[in-house]
Amino acid sequence: MNRIGPEPLDAEAPLREVGGTDCGAVVSFVGTVRSSNHGKAVVRLEYEAYPEMAVRVLDRICAEARERWGARVVIHHRTGSLDPGALSVVIAAAAPHRADAFEACRYAIEFLKKEAPIWKKEIYPDGTSWVGLGS
Amino acid sequence: MRVTMLYFAAARERAGVSTETIELAEGATAAQALALACERHPALQAVATKLRIAVDQDFAQPDRKLRDGSEVALIPPVSGGIR
Repeated sequence: MNRIGPEPLDAEAPLREVGGTDCGAVVSFVGTVRSSNHGKAVVRLEYEAYPEMAVRVLDRICAEARERWGARVVIHHRTGSLDPGALSVVIAAAAPHRADAFEACRYAIEFLKKEAPIWKKEIYPDGTSWVGLGS
Repeated sequence: MRVTMLYFAAARERAGVSTETIELAEGATAAQALALACERHPALQAVATKLRIAVDQDFAQPDRKLRDGSEVALIPPVSGGIR
């Protein structure tokens, strides 16, 4: 089940959810917090979501992945204040064959980044910035 | 009619509130809700053209007609397609 919330993520939890004997491949993606961006030191990231709508977007991504690649996809996204190295998103995609699993996983993270109402604010030693807005 | 406005991320910081109820004329559109929000919170004006609008948790066109009780969210650009 797709989830968005402040609890720390377990990278293997989505893997356990998507697996099954009908699948020959499981691909996972783990997004982590980087300590710099465009040459600026990032002290931490603050993730904020519109959770009710974001979960709907994630559910739509999974329905699309099932239709296009016959893949089962599960997405867990974290919100709140995250230190460098922390996991921000974990995705697992399972399909009968690996090509479809890779495609579905790639699709899921790219679509999420473009459409899910989840924002991140970069915290620098000397200021802050909402990513995507530039201010 | 009354609609619930939700402000997120940069829009929330600029509005100074995360949610509020506003009063609009019957048949008002999403764009009119945004305009009223900018009037109430002038700091929103500077980012208004970058905001997308969601009505009842789905992205909506500016000309979408609202109903009494609609939930209207102002959606700043999300973190995006950076690879």
